Amino acid sequence: MTQSNLAYKETLNEVEEEMEVHPKDKKLAMAHVYVAYVAFIIGVFGGLLQGLVRGGMIELPGWITYYQILTVHGVLLALVFTTYIIFGFFFAGMSKTHGAFPSGLRKLGWVGFTILSAGTALAAVMILANEASVLYTFYAPLQAHWLYYIGLTLFVVGTWVMGSALLAHFFNWKKAHPGQPTPLFGYMTTATLLLWIVASIGVAVTVLVQMLPWALGLTDEINVLLSRTLFWYFGHPLVYFWLMPAYMVWYLVIPKIIGGRLFSGSLARLAFALFLLFSIPVGFHHQLMESGISEFWKFLQTVLTFVVVVPSLLTAFSIFATFEQTGRAKGGKGLLGWLKKLPWGDARFFAPFMGMIIFIPAGAGGLINASFQLNAVIHNTLWVVGHFHLTVGTTVLLTFFGMSYWLIPVLTGRRFTKHANRCGIVQTWLWAIGMFFMSGAMHLLGLFGAPRRTAYGTYGDHPQAMQWFEGIFTSHVTVAIGGVILTAAGVLMFYNFIYLSFLAPKGKTEFPMTPDPIDTPNTPKFLENWKLWIGIAIVLIIFAYTIPIYQMIVDAPPGSPPFNFLIK
Amino acid sequence: MHLHKYEKIWLTFGVGSLILFLVVLGLSAFAFGHQPPSHMGKVDSQNLDQDPIFSEPGLEQINENTYKATIIAQAFGYSPSRIEVPEGSTVLFQVTSSDVVHSFTIPETNVNFMVTPGHINMAEHTFDEAGEYLVLCNEYCGTGHHYMSMTIEVTSP
Repeated sequence: MTQSNLAYKETLNEVEEEMEVHPKDKKLAMAHVYVAYVAFIIGVFGGLLQGLVRGGMIELPGWITYYQILTVHGVLLALVFTTYIIFGFFFAGMSKTHGAFPSGLRKLGWVGFTILSAGTALAAVMILANEASVLYTFYAPLQAHWLYYIGLTLFVVGTWVMGSALLAHFFNWKKAHPGQPTPLFGYMTTATLLLWIVASIGVAVTVLVQMLPWALGLTDEINVLLSRTLFWYFGHPLVYFWLMPAYMVWYLVIPKIIGGRLFSGSLARLAFALFLLFSIPVGFHHQLMESGISEFWKFLQTVLTFVVVVPSLLTAFSIFATFEQTGRAKGGKGLLGWLKKLPWGDARFFAPFMGMIIFIPAGAGGLINASFQLNAVIHNTLWVVGHFHLTVGTTVLLTFFGMSYWLIPVLTGRRFTKHANRCGIVQTWLWAIGMFFMSGAMHLLGLFGAPRRTAYGTYGDHPQAMQWFEGIFTSHVTVAIGGVILTAAGVLMFYNFIYLSFLAPKGKTEFPMTPDPIDTPNTPKFLENWKLWIGIAIVLIIFAYTIPIYQMIVDAPPGSPPFNFLIK
Repeated sequence: MHLHKYEKIWLTFGVGSLILFLVVLGLSAFAFGHQPPSHMGKVDSQNLDQDPIFSEPGLEQINENTYKATIIAQAFGYSPSRIEVPEGSTVLFQVTSSDVVHSFTIPETNVNFMVTPGHINMAEHTFDEAGEYLVLCNEYCGTGHHYMSMTIEVTSP
């Protein structure tokens, strides 16, 4: 270790001890957490109902439909819960690592929060009124009420406003500290937000330019293929918008919780820059099975899709190297002795760790899905549903649960008690076990052809469909049983949220944040060059999308009229 | 930027297997013709009754063992709703939609493709075993989506 590195380490440690989340920023962050968990518990019960209906165990009353509940479940868990908890985490973490937000930026944050929440409320009302049972992918030419599209627009605009407040805070810090490497938390937040903004332009264009005028009756027809393409231009990076904050917890929080230090800062930055580059020009791998896009462009985007394997490998290495380094420093001997030194009884570690382990089969499933021809075997089957209940539903969610155990008491000025920790450990096991049954059965049912997003049905008792109910494990009944266990885990998580928000004893809880790694002063300059990364990202997008989108517009078949009667 | 020796080994192995994997996929696609269904044909989805191909959906025999099935997907069924071919036949399916997005899926086969209005999509399958095959829609298409199906009767000689 060089002299400058040592000096750097010491000054940083001093600074670390002083910085706390500013009380006014705590309020803003906590507002996000409240909305997130209310959405969460409603979404969980939506999932339970779907499992029971599809398993043929209950029937819904006449005033609510399966597809309405499916829309509620998808919107609340995949969009609302994730977005709110991620922005809550960003506001809290940026306040801690970059200092309190200036009041102007904090106000901007509240404005964004208000717009986001207005959009969420509007969309929710339209779903409850059964005017928007189009699922959270809202594929045209199924058409929802125009107010639903306004709600979606406000949702996205709200995130842009909040994103600008966060980005401004980061770049202000950068300006005030010329030549210094930026704190890792800010670097990663910036990469994630830039990804979100560049990606959400796609969904904004299809909603504002195509769907809204069409839903208002200003245009008669819609270009279906173009709108699907713009949706998936957004839809795949959306997955990374969920995953990158979870990676931030792994990179920045877990090392501190286990009493160690992150292995390398430069590699962490490189991984995040690569995610920004390679998670956008890849949307065609969701459209491999559709006509109107040629094999060449599908294959090109498939190759780009697989490049994200590289930052994932970097992440896996960094995290496990940090585990081993820490375990050995604590006296772990032999090949695997360091594993015993990890804090298995600490829910703040154990929940995200379970998420990491489950990411191994989840990632392998993802490789299968993106494998070009192989996609035909699983496309739109329950396999896919099983897949993303492992990735976002387990890896990302368990990480966010593990994060909530310290984030909520930090924000509410309470203590993460032994009782809360025990509930967290039980919650993690219940979630993992429930998911084993539910997602496991979904994967297998998918291989036997069971369709996704489909209410209870036997296609006139066709033997092909009946076998989906008759398997010992491979059955809709197993899915429902897993769903019941997951609901119990969800209720326990909601209790943890209530307890840590309102009931736990007052006191101080640590915001675990690893000090910047010792290689930070040697961070290569190019990693901090945002113009470079945004530039390359745009070049890749232009390369992968310009010609196929041009063809979709110029060579389009006659468009589609609205079909809103099919959803009611 | 410093890379640990183990990290170099790990990345070399990882990136190496990735390249090998993509080469296999690419060869399979472009040298052996295992391509995903990507037909470029177009139709006017609102006027299929005047379309040269889709105005008369149904089964057509091409030669002894080969058939062409022209099918329209619509909420919530297929037209025709049943076709019959002898065992050992190869059927080329060409499908379009008259309304929203559907799929044409025969479970436990590789026939599983999207049917978007305005576009034609295709796949081919050889039915080596007799029986009644279920075709279903696996893209959400509205309140009756879970009823949307048709059957293919494969008869033994």
